[in-house]
Amino acid sequence: MAETSWESAGAATTKKSVPDGLWMPCDGCSETLFRKALEANLWVCPRCDHHHRISGRQRVEQLVDPDSFEPMNAKMAPMDPLQFRDLKAYTDRIRDAQRTTGENDGVQTGTGFVKGRKVALGCMDFTFLAGSMGSVIGEKLTRIIEHATDHDLPLVIVSCSGGARMMESGFSLMQMAKTSAALARFDDAGGLFISVLSDPTTGGVTASFAMLGDVILAEPKALIGFAGPRVIRQTIRQELPEGFQTAEFLKDAGFVDRIVHRSQLRSEIGRVIDYAGK
Amino acid sequence: MSTPQLVTLDFEEPVAEVQRQIDSLEQKPDAATFAEEIATLRQARDNLLEKTYANLSPWQTVRVARHPQRPQTLDYVRMICRDWCELHGDRRYRDDPSIVTGFARIGSMKCLVVGHHKGRSTEERIKCRFGCANPEGYRKALLKMQMAEKFRLPIVTLIDTPGAYPGLDSEERGQAEAIAVNLREMSRLRTPIVCCVIGEGGSGGALGIGVGDRVAMLQYSWYSVISPEGCAAILWKKANEQTNTAAATALALTAEANLRNGLVDAVIPEPHGGAHRNPQATAERLQSWIVDSVRELQRLAPETLVRLRFEKFRAIGSVAH
Repeated sequence: MAETSWESAGAATTKKSVPDGLWMPCDGCSETLFRKALEANLWVCPRCDHHHRISGRQRVEQLVDPDSFEPMNAKMAPMDPLQFRDLKAYTDRIRDAQRTTGENDGVQTGTGFVKGRKVALGCMDFTFLAGSMGSVIGEKLTRIIEHATDHDLPLVIVSCSGGARMMESGFSLMQMAKTSAALARFDDAGGLFISVLSDPTTGGVTASFAMLGDVILAEPKALIGFAGPRVIRQTIRQELPEGFQTAEFLKDAGFVDRIVHRSQLRSEIGRVIDYAGK
Repeated sequence: MSTPQLVTLDFEEPVAEVQRQIDSLEQKPDAATFAEEIATLRQARDNLLEKTYANLSPWQTVRVARHPQRPQTLDYVRMICRDWCELHGDRRYRDDPSIVTGFARIGSMKCLVVGHHKGRSTEERIKCRFGCANPEGYRKALLKMQMAEKFRLPIVTLIDTPGAYPGLDSEERGQAEAIAVNLREMSRLRTPIVCCVIGEGGSGGALGIGVGDRVAMLQYSWYSVISPEGCAAILWKKANEQTNTAAATALALTAEANLRNGLVDAVIPEPHGGAHRNPQATAERLQSWIVDSVRELQRLAPETLVRLRFEKFRAIGSVAH
């Protein structure tokens, strides 16, 4: 599970999802794009419509009404409960990720307004250790779920993650149970949870809160799955079909309600809240 | 237990060597004259076995947890349950043999048993995908657990899986959704749930039937977010004996480590040399843990039970503020 997207995203620890510079190649069509124009287009390629990965902070900015976001638990930072060390110490990985991203860990949580509707919001950040879920992400998400429960707010979580964080082993595994249990209480209270899946959403994140939305939206062509493509290839010893584990595949299989273009995400969230929110 | 057919793990080789000496003496026509020598060798064998198992590395523990003769869910069912009434199918897609569910009586207690099953013969193992369940397995487990809640039966789950099955079909049928729903629903079932990792506790596939009021591990089982090989392949860039050993240690996956870290509630000791050397004794210990735990939980009102279960998982995490 945690193995999923580290293969494609291993570089995320050392580089940002969107490289600096005036011009940059599109990850979809390789066309050279003017950075400012791409940014103005919500990091969606104007030519091929490729939805580039964006940080949690960028996601928050894109989703909420200007200046309406009030972050919660922003100072919460990871510990190293297992003194985990592989070829590199976990503490060094954390420090490097904090240095390159300027964030404490891989999720932004807080409240804000989406087209005038107040929401509790969580936006995962793939630029921080591949958005892997350790104790901080589990705790911050649980708290925002509880905040939504206590204040009768619709809950929106944008997932973007390679899965559970191996370096916290059992602690990260149990965040799956913790977040899901908090969602059970939110559900008991009649709360609306809109889960937004962006590229990629895999492993323990998919197998917990991400798949528990009352309404599940996904960005076009996002990779969404439980096991990573490499693991599946090794298991079944054959190539994977074209389009396997994309948002469109998940929609056809019956696990995603709607595919939503990034430019429509705000209005779609507002629309669902108007139908189902309190 | 008939030791001669026992599959020997590489680090058990010195023990096996002494055993072979014992066997060869015992087979002699004048074996009686070697009685004293045999007794000494037996003592040496037992000491060596005890010492080996007292010093298992985490990776060696994983090897014991995967021992081909280690008792599996249906072995424990045979040993501790009277009247096993298996219930098949998820009523949605099909019956997944890699998770078994059924009514059973353990002592005087009526309950629902849910467990991963790996299979014993090659044919059965393939059918069970070596204990890697498909979404329909998790959905079957939930369906039966919700029925148990309805009829106020306590739930006993036995965890033994390398992980949920990573395949084309399982993805298409929503492996992630099936596990996620189980996590959410198990957290609010209004009936006692006790879980024990009896072999392998592989990640979300294990947790998918592992959200309980009490969670135990057998002494030589493992429970972690990823297998040592999976972790080694990613973080050490290759899986071999050396990196698997390092990964198993780093992951803190043993029963003892998980207990120390507050991730499980109890460790059930195994007989000397592991559960596969004495399944019956292991089953008896498992049974008394189950019965004691359920009896304790049955004293609680359902609301209290659910609240305490929530609080138990709610408290897990290690963060700096």
